[in-house]
Amino acid sequence: MMSITMPEPDQEVIARRADIIKAMQGIVPAGNVLEDADELRAYDSDALPAYHALPLIVVLPETTEQVSQILKYCHENDVKIVPRGSGTGLTGATLPLADAITLAMGKFDKILGIDYDNRCVVAQSGCTNLSITNAVADEGFYYAPDPSSQIACSIGGNIGTNAGGVHCLKYGLTTNNVMGLEMVMIDGEVIRIGGKHLDSEGYDLLGLLTGSEGLLGVITEITVRILQKPESARAMLIGFGSSEAGGECVAAIIAAGIIPGGMEMMDKPAIHAADDFMNCGYPRDVEALLIVELDGPEAEVEYLIKRVEDIAKETGALKIQVSQNEDERNMFWAGRKAAFPAVGRISPDYYCMDGTIPRGKLSFVLKRIHELEAKYGLGVANVFHAGDGNLHPLILYDANKPGELETAENFGAEILKVCVEVGGVLSGEHGIGIEKRDLMGTMFTEDDMNQQQRVKCAFDAGHLLNPGKVYPTLHRCAELGRVHVHQGQHRFPDIPRF
Amino acid sequence: MTAENIKPETEEQLRDSIQWALGDEVTLDIIGSGSKRTLGRPVDAKHCLDLSGFSGITLYQPEELVMTVKAATPLVKIEAVLEKQNQELAFEPANYDALLNGVPNSNQPSGTIGGVVACNLSGPRRIKVGAARDHLLGFHAVSGRGDLFKSGGQVVKNVTGFDLSKLMAGSFGTLALIMDVSLKVLPRSEKARTLLVLGADDSQAIAAMTAALHSPFEVSGAAHVPQSLSKHSTVSYVSAAARSITAVRIEGVGPSVESRCDSLKKTLKPFGTLEELHTRNSNTFWQEIRDVTYYTGTDLNQNQVWKISVPPASGAAVADRLRQTLAGDIYYDWGGGLLWLAMTPQHDAGQDIVREALVDGGHATLIRANDTVRKQVDVFQPQPKALAALSARVKEAFDPKGILNPGRMIEGV
Repeated sequence: MMSITMPEPDQEVIARRADIIKAMQGIVPAGNVLEDADELRAYDSDALPAYHALPLIVVLPETTEQVSQILKYCHENDVKIVPRGSGTGLTGATLPLADAITLAMGKFDKILGIDYDNRCVVAQSGCTNLSITNAVADEGFYYAPDPSSQIACSIGGNIGTNAGGVHCLKYGLTTNNVMGLEMVMIDGEVIRIGGKHLDSEGYDLLGLLTGSEGLLGVITEITVRILQKPESARAMLIGFGSSEAGGECVAAIIAAGIIPGGMEMMDKPAIHAADDFMNCGYPRDVEALLIVELDGPEAEVEYLIKRVEDIAKETGALKIQVSQNEDERNMFWAGRKAAFPAVGRISPDYYCMDGTIPRGKLSFVLKRIHELEAKYGLGVANVFHAGDGNLHPLILYDANKPGELETAENFGAEILKVCVEVGGVLSGEHGIGIEKRDLMGTMFTEDDMNQQQRVKCAFDAGHLLNPGKVYPTLHRCAELGRVHVHQGQHRFPDIPRF
Repeated sequence: MTAENIKPETEEQLRDSIQWALGDEVTLDIIGSGSKRTLGRPVDAKHCLDLSGFSGITLYQPEELVMTVKAATPLVKIEAVLEKQNQELAFEPANYDALLNGVPNSNQPSGTIGGVVACNLSGPRRIKVGAARDHLLGFHAVSGRGDLFKSGGQVVKNVTGFDLSKLMAGSFGTLALIMDVSLKVLPRSEKARTLLVLGADDSQAIAAMTAALHSPFEVSGAAHVPQSLSKHSTVSYVSAAARSITAVRIEGVGPSVESRCDSLKKTLKPFGTLEELHTRNSNTFWQEIRDVTYYTGTDLNQNQVWKISVPPASGAAVADRLRQTLAGDIYYDWGGGLLWLAMTPQHDAGQDIVREALVDGGHATLIRANDTVRKQVDVFQPQPKALAALSARVKEAFDPKGILNPGRMIEGV
């Protein structure tokens, strides 16, 4: 079942497969070019497994120079490229194309430098997110963005999706923590942006590249800032009789000027699934559970816990529990962190959505989701980065039941439309990929999307990098570049002059 | 054709203005309040497009930490509204009225939010909370093609299409005419404390700031002012010290600030005698650092000022190299990563010397110099060929006819 259509594969390129393989073998060691169906199958999808396809071939470069030569070849020979990190993406952004090389960056797995004096790490793009924290943990440092896939996801992929995590409310997303990049352009040119200093002048291409889902270039090296771990941290479990009360508590905490290290919310189905799976002692008789983590010096944590406790009571909390030690704090988090696999146990399949809404619209959106459950006949467990309004409804379905995946997809699309209606966006941290590609029009006008695609044209005029992703329609760059001047329609008399 | 100033007041008029410029093939100098016209290269444009009609706060939701404002809204107005809710623009937008225009420094910046965003101006707290660009959530603009477009939104977490907000921030009005911006706003800190280390030389100061920034105490400002400049401070503790001062700021809730301050004293003790500034003096001091007030004066030809961003640990080494050939003063912000250099004027502003000093990487921007000098030298750090070509293509993607602020960033672009 493929309800999202991808561009028609170019048979002429497929016919040249043997030549392309030969050319790639001349650039990378022979074993790094995968061509057998069995080998290719390992790369046939990312973590949106409903969509899979075999790539033309998979190439695993080991050096920036090799990436440069591969891209130069593709540019000269009109071959498409799909860059791929660890394949943990949730939107099909690295879905292979039958006429494209999947460029797998797994061999770019080295930490190139740790610079404590400048508080940064230089890493190759295939390094896992967690390996950066691990590399500096002995000195008490860590890399702040912590997506739940951090054990496996690559830092290059984090750039692609501007990955977040539970701590980004206080410490920022990927884009706020990246200082420099090395990138290979489609013509093979290697460009370095930023470095160990802040705020390079000139257009902020570093910011543009972050969240660009592999459409603009292939990132080979990344400089990220590292932070010293907070002296202490404690977590609170706060249970509410309704999601409205939970939402009110979140708003009141923020309004009081408190920005917690993490602030997560779960609804009843998610609480039960997580508690059944991890046995983490969550209150089971509440409708909404808030996990609030406060970090910093002990004096600060103690003071803020008291204030949050007061706010929670004022907003009608039924249960409040504060972690008394590290084990307990980790236990509070264990359920939340395992929420996705936990939901995986109560349903044959689940479909993870990722919209962001203004915090104040939470109860309205949850109510709408509840109504939609009845409409589509599918259940939902909600996990929510409450602090920054990032909602992850997990739609429960069974892929073996005919039509149910499609129903889940339609349900998900409708949830995202609700997010946009209330002033939110289609994706908070997973990206658009193919999954939300056809919904871009609900948020953007044709002019909005054309302007974004003109930026794409500045990087890759031939649309060779990751085509068919993010934007529902591809326009030729020449067509997008045309300026429509209304000749003779000048001297507008109604514009005030001075 | 005589030069003409146009002041559109509606979106339609703005688009008409661009259509007119495209049709008549004329170039436009874009201004808000005009407070930063001397920042960057002099614009080589026929007409002036005044955006001051686009003013006003259209949305402010304190509990959502978001504000949407029209681009030419005065910064002073925004800050006043935020203050009432105990919130602020956490990146500390700088006020360069005195630095750029020689008008007496005051607490009433004349600039607009659009100008702050277009120049990506951030203050000492940059090292903790990020730059202006990190607080820009979304915008509406009219491109140099005359198209209305938007990007981003009003929420912090958003990966929906390319993040064009980042491109707008720091583009000096060369890509599009920003009509409104949505900004992330944050709670103000209850309390601030600044610890001063007295008498450290440059490399000791860098070591002290590095030690402070290595701590888990969430330092929100780290600056070093040599003795030759500390005397200009209006904070008596600083001017009366008659020594260099190295300043480290802590902000937050009361008990936390006290506790972190005590811990930091232990960290900083080995570097020299310690003093402490409390909230009010602390605020004044950091405002001086932010606004570069030590280098201002009504005579804009008295000095030339460079803003130099380097890896923080190499700050003192860069300053050493600069001092070998240039006569002037240097003070440090951003834990040593930002050097403010004021030098005796030279016809080329010493650009080769300044840029050759950046051996460990970094960027130098000429902030204060007269028009003639800013026209002749590379005000912004020259880019390697491939990066410059890419940047030129990005410009073309928004402004193919080159009608918006031509020459502001790069000669002829």
